Amino acid sequence: MNGYNFAYLDEQTKRMVRRALLKAVAIPGHQVPFGGREMPLPYGWGTGGIQVTASILGSGDVLKVIDQGADDTTNAVSIRRFFARTAGVATTTRTEEASVIQTRHRIPETKLREGQIIVYQVPLPEPLSRLEPSRAEAREMHALGDYGLMHVKLYEDISRLGQVSISFDYPVMVNGRYLMSPTPIPAFDNPKLDRSPALHLFGAGREKRIYAVPPYTEVRSLDFEDHPFRATRARHECALCGARTSYLDEIVTDDRGGRMFVCSDTDYCAGRREREAAE
Amino acid sequence: MAYVAVKGGERAIDAAHAWLAEERRGDPCLPEIETAQIAAQFGRAVDRVMAEGSCHDRELAALAVKQAQGDLIEAAFLLRAYRTTLPRFAAAHPIDTDAMQVRRRISAIYKDLPGGQVLGPTYDYTHRLLDFRLAGTGSLAGAGSQEAAAPTSCAEETAAMPRVTAILAGEDLIEGDRAADAPAEIPMGDLTRAPLAFPAERDVRLQALARGDEGFLLALGYSTQRGWGGTHPFVGEIRVGEVAVEIEPPELGFAIDIGEITVTECQMVNQFKGSKTVPPQFTRGYGLCFGHGERKAMAMALVDRAMRAEELGEERTAPAQNVEFVLSHCDNIEATGFVEHLKLPHYVDFQSELETIRRMRREAEAAASPDRREAAE
Repeated sequence: MNGYNFAYLDEQTKRMVRRALLKAVAIPGHQVPFGGREMPLPYGWGTGGIQVTASILGSGDVLKVIDQGADDTTNAVSIRRFFARTAGVATTTRTEEASVIQTRHRIPETKLREGQIIVYQVPLPEPLSRLEPSRAEAREMHALGDYGLMHVKLYEDISRLGQVSISFDYPVMVNGRYLMSPTPIPAFDNPKLDRSPALHLFGAGREKRIYAVPPYTEVRSLDFEDHPFRATRARHECALCGARTSYLDEIVTDDRGGRMFVCSDTDYCAGRREREAAE
Repeated sequence: MAYVAVKGGERAIDAAHAWLAEERRGDPCLPEIETAQIAAQFGRAVDRVMAEGSCHDRELAALAVKQAQGDLIEAAFLLRAYRTTLPRFAAAHPIDTDAMQVRRRISAIYKDLPGGQVLGPTYDYTHRLLDFRLAGTGSLAGAGSQEAAAPTSCAEETAAMPRVTAILAGEDLIEGDRAADAPAEIPMGDLTRAPLAFPAERDVRLQALARGDEGFLLALGYSTQRGWGGTHPFVGEIRVGEVAVEIEPPELGFAIDIGEITVTECQMVNQFKGSKTVPPQFTRGYGLCFGHGERKAMAMALVDRAMRAEELGEERTAPAQNVEFVLSHCDNIEATGFVEHLKLPHYVDFQSELETIRRMRREAEAAASPDRREAAE
């Protein structure tokens, strides 16, 4: 685009972001502060993810952008357009074809492979923020590996409700060292992070933090031996492709209790239907 | 199928933007407003956008106000997103408000003082009565004897106007101006380049407040007056006017004037009982913002002083004294983004909440049913 650098950000800013990314990859799960810039999209709408994507994107990359698992949700459309306009890179909706995937709230159903990078938009990078609002305090707790507060929260849930009540943004331990927010993905997606062959990068624009899960890193959802981690999905199959293992959106079809369940990952769903039609 | 309608899509976005443009333009029978008119006649709106947009440029701020339909936070956001793309070619010398071309200067602690009290263009002492002469394209020009002729220039322009804090400092009754005393080689923090970290020093705190939301700071400043972290303030001085901006290019070796900016400065003078190490003396709260923004500068000075509680050995009990709380929440661009992002789809997370609550209810019912059977037996 005229008047702007490739992928919007100037090269000094990209270098600063890449330095933070390298540090983040070197210390899996640790939040690295970075000099987040004001972006032409609002804070909370993916400015962190956009800065990370802008900093790693090359002209040969193929970009996929999803929000809620879908390529056609308004914010995903807006961000994909932003990069098509400012970087002129090829875009795709196919998970397998993408070299960089920017996402909000989901990890694709299709298994990610080596060499792929998935960039998460992060609203609140601090997993302890609901228990300890002061970032200065939380930082110290991370330094000391003092996560007792979070274990107590899970224990209280189990003793009061019989189970952990966190259904998304379910905290994980990365590489046995740092407690990390996997971003508001459903807990259903958490197991996909564990020993994933892809590189997972997390950008929080408003809070100005970057963190990462390098390929093949152990990512464990917090639990107890006698109360192992459980992920939930709707107990239905996809009304469009018949998938029984994918995460489903619940669509309200009328005002008399009518419901329809369909894959939240639109590319996965479309791919299954195409293959079925071909057979 | 209904399912498709739930999703957004490119056409919906394009249509929404077209509608927005139409709404912004309003009734096409009326002439399109010129940005020059906004810059000239909506001065206080433009000033606020410059302050919170953190960029001193009246024309761009006026354009932002026009583009945002007068939504000042949206306008400040437009200006911020523009300023962040600008190259940094130099750091200016600290501006010298002592040498300000003063339009307005008042002190609430001395009846008269060198340079005098200059009321200047102020809403203070106006009666807040709607002036129907301004309705439509009405004007007060030539309204006659009721309006005193506006002075075209300040009569006492040439008189020296020392800052009130300097007068107090002459008697050693107020703490020193540590920023002025500090060696120049200590680099200033810059929030726009480095992330906020705690504890935050006063340079970074003042930068955050200067860019901060007027409404938020007003409420916090107000809270200190009502006992939530009281600072016993007096308005030492408020001054509004133009100051020169100087930079010193390394290849030149001397400072050159690159233009002037309009600023409002407020120096609050606050009671202080003294501590084990510091004798009783007045302390400072400082406010400075782009443009004419007295409410903002005053609120900033109150909050600045409140945030110095720890440094001055005062008990920290109120929100305005909590540096992390104030600095993390005073930026309205961050705040509006995060509050309004709740409009984005959250149906994946909501779905997981639905499933969790259904599962919990199923399990609660299953657990409750044997009890009921027992009770029936």
